[in-house]
Amino acid sequence: MAIHKGRGFAAINYPIGMNLGGDPAQALVHSTPDGKFKVALAAIDLGQGMKSVTRQIAAEAIGVPVEDVYVDTADSDTGPHDMGSFASRGTHRVGNAVIRASAEARKQMLEAAAEELEVNATDLDTDGRGNIHVKGAPGRSITVAETATAAQFKQGRTLAGRGIFLIPLSDTDPDTGEMTPVTCFAHAALVIDVEVDDETGEVEVTEINSAYEVGRALNPRLVEQQLIGGAWMGVSHALYETTEPYYPDRSHAPVDFNRYLMPGPGQIVPHHIAVLERPAEDAPFGGKGPGEMCANPVLPAIANAVYNAVGVRCDRLPITPEKVLRGIRANGGAQPKGRR
Amino acid sequence: MARTPLTFTLNDAETALFVDEGANLIDVLRRGAGDLSPKQGCAQGNCGACTVLIDGELRLACLTLAETVEGRRIDTVAGLAGGPDLHPLQAAFMDGFAAQCGFCTSGMLMAARALLDRTPDPSRDEVIEAISGNLCRCTGYEPIVDAILDAAQRMRQGGRRAAQ
Repeated sequence: MAIHKGRGFAAINYPIGMNLGGDPAQALVHSTPDGKFKVALAAIDLGQGMKSVTRQIAAEAIGVPVEDVYVDTADSDTGPHDMGSFASRGTHRVGNAVIRASAEARKQMLEAAAEELEVNATDLDTDGRGNIHVKGAPGRSITVAETATAAQFKQGRTLAGRGIFLIPLSDTDPDTGEMTPVTCFAHAALVIDVEVDDETGEVEVTEINSAYEVGRALNPRLVEQQLIGGAWMGVSHALYETTEPYYPDRSHAPVDFNRYLMPGPGQIVPHHIAVLERPAEDAPFGGKGPGEMCANPVLPAIANAVYNAVGVRCDRLPITPEKVLRGIRANGGAQPKGRR
Repeated sequence: MARTPLTFTLNDAETALFVDEGANLIDVLRRGAGDLSPKQGCAQGNCGACTVLIDGELRLACLTLAETVEGRRIDTVAGLAGGPDLHPLQAAFMDGFAAQCGFCTSGMLMAARALLDRTPDPSRDEVIEAISGNLCRCTGYEPIVDAILDAAQRMRQGGRRAAQ
């Protein structure tokens, strides 16, 4: 009886969002009289940070400080229609809609400022600190707040924008079957080390080394946080979690947190992440979405590591001690595959 | 149904209200006293989202009969910050990105506070043990453990500064 070390690898090309014309996102932007901007979304921040990222995107696209943007999410009464938070689409789809809405609001803001400064709107620029100035002449400026007040109370003009992002339906070539189901892919590769006890069948993940390519990391700390947490959930799905009973039937399924197994804070796996940034062309400031991809490749990497450790190929999840032991028994003992 | 008068101290505030017989403390805190900071997750003592301190002891509000807190002191996350000044635990959680959806955060903060009240210089294993009754589905726990250790260091340094 022994503890066997194993190493597994997995790589993933992860499509961002749904396609087939069925995945639009919308955003509405408008200013208050004192030059703050509100972004109305029906999209939802589940904790993954979409509210923070869309706030950054709107501030950048309008040209105002991030503190002057408020994102109102998750209310389908007040926000325009959005497909939802899934398929790692939030940053990409909603972010693009926010950029378009912000661009329209910025255009109106510059037109209002141009009227106040008696210049051409195309000669104006923002400094990102709440001022609008004539290009090359920072002294000739007006604040965003003064612009918003003048627009609303003097000029009778809104500083507002509408944005929608839709990737149209890709037709299938009847001869070749060729189509473009996805325009934006994120990528990842992981190496996972495990120890497998051939007496108990228990698998312990000892280390994760990963590289995730997420386009531009619009908020690097949020990206890292999401990758760490998501990989933890991948470990949990690979080794513990199931809503199906082990045996003999559905009535033995877990009904509460006592019987729904998850790793706890005592099973934290050291995880070393390299975030690679290859900005995507059709992505908002190059940002794709880590989303589901942070968990997905963990599962095959662990399955491969278990095979490497004891020679048992588990093709059903989770990889429970029972499955490992049955596999070892069927093989007539542990068959470590070694390192190549 | 008969309703029982109940008085207790909730984060320094004397609180008096009537409760139904057999009411849970989590319901009384949230619906009676209007303190929404303890969360109701599983309602069966598994998830730790409702963690509060009763006379300084770590307790699960969902498993506590409200009538048993008569005359006692209850601390929730709502009383953690001193006015606009965040508690070092809250500051460390923010700076360390130790929350995503935030549902477990109230319970985590109270479990951490119970630990640091008694053990100002905890080991990593002691932190893990202290939050082992609190489930988190987002972070993978590591940022939370790091944040609690960070807060402990901030509080020890703050204590030294105050002593000087």
